Amino acid sequence: MASLDDLKKRISSVKSTQKITKAMKMVAAAKLRRAQESAERGRPYSEKMNNIILNLSSGISDQENAPKLLSGTGDDKVHLCVVMTADRGLCGGFNSNIIKKAKAYFQKLSESGKTLKIITVGSKGYDQLKRLYQENIIENISFKDSKNANYFDADKVGKIIIEKFENKEFDVCTIFYNQFKNVITQIPQEQQIIPLKTTEEKDKSSEENYEFEPDEDEILGNLLPKNISTQIFKAMLENSASEQGSRMSAMDNATRNAGEMVDKLTIEYNRSRQAAITKELIEIISGAESL
Amino acid sequence: MSEGFNIDIVNPEKSFLSKENVSEVIVPAFEGEMGILKDHIPIISFLKPGIIKVISGTEEHSFYVEDGIVEFKDNSLSILTSSIFDIKDADKKFISENITEAENELNKENLDDQKRFLLNHKVEVLKSLSIN
Repeated sequence: MASLDDLKKRISSVKSTQKITKAMKMVAAAKLRRAQESAERGRPYSEKMNNIILNLSSGISDQENAPKLLSGTGDDKVHLCVVMTADRGLCGGFNSNIIKKAKAYFQKLSESGKTLKIITVGSKGYDQLKRLYQENIIENISFKDSKNANYFDADKVGKIIIEKFENKEFDVCTIFYNQFKNVITQIPQEQQIIPLKTTEEKDKSSEENYEFEPDEDEILGNLLPKNISTQIFKAMLENSASEQGSRMSAMDNATRNAGEMVDKLTIEYNRSRQAAITKELIEIISGAESL
Repeated sequence: MSEGFNIDIVNPEKSFLSKENVSEVIVPAFEGEMGILKDHIPIISFLKPGIIKVISGTEEHSFYVEDGIVEFKDNSLSILTSSIFDIKDADKKFISENITEAENELNKENLDDQKRFLLNHKVEVLKSLSIN
């Protein structure tokens, strides 16, 4: 059994850990509010962008000559996966959930004999994937220096993807990120961005006859690359809200566990103190009796 | 029925401006300035660097944009842009910084005609701003 001194030390160490997790929880809660707000503010842009593209693509006259970003290369041999994770840990299952989802997808790809290329955004994803997929990772991007998700960073990622697409380095591009539902639930998502999936949404788009200036093809050609960046930006916003939410609930749990542990240790400490006192009393009494 | 239409200007980070009952909007569309009034036919077009003028009654608001997409449908105008600022907020220093940046870009060798045209246009618009 641990001595009284040891128990005391343990209690104080657990208490200081609890202080840290509590502080982290508070910080995450404050950041979460901001991240959530910016995720909500960013939504109209991506929704409108999506709408316009839908309207355009349904109005396009010549399906065969449609831009490659929309219709694909006609092949699906080489898959590019963009795995978006956080740069920091201690946020519960946030990073591992994305990785798990991505790994399941990679498995499927390799079973069907497709070539896999990976771009990781965020250092945690890179750390977890490099052991198994070192030779597949072609790029590792991290935005440790930027405080909040911003469009400029998303645009950088988007440009890299488009450049690789134009060099015919891949046929299909999928991004992985966590969608923020609420503080407790974040849903890992896979979303195909090249070629754009429009089949299911086609009937939703209105039959409005638009005037185009210049013509559809040119507008689409200009719009699609922007849409890639927009989708990435959306994923980044969702991700940062999810990261903070996930961290908040993880830290909340940790704080609660630490509290329980302190209670248990305190009871143990009190019991052994009581035991020591009783032992001493017995010694004194039996010493007096023997006289 | 109101006399005007709605306008929404959004950039990726937030909704920049949302206004109802606007009587006229002038946008720097790709093939020339375009004035949009109520009941315009549905249209989608690009923007080139220039000034967006939002006129509602006697009020007039001007914004500088670098690129973007306009969509007009059912009397609501959406402008998606990644770079926009209110002309009132722009100071001289900011504008001149932008001009030098664009001019530096112009001096690069491997520009295609369209890009060169856009950049030249951008410099022109920005210069006209800094004079006022």
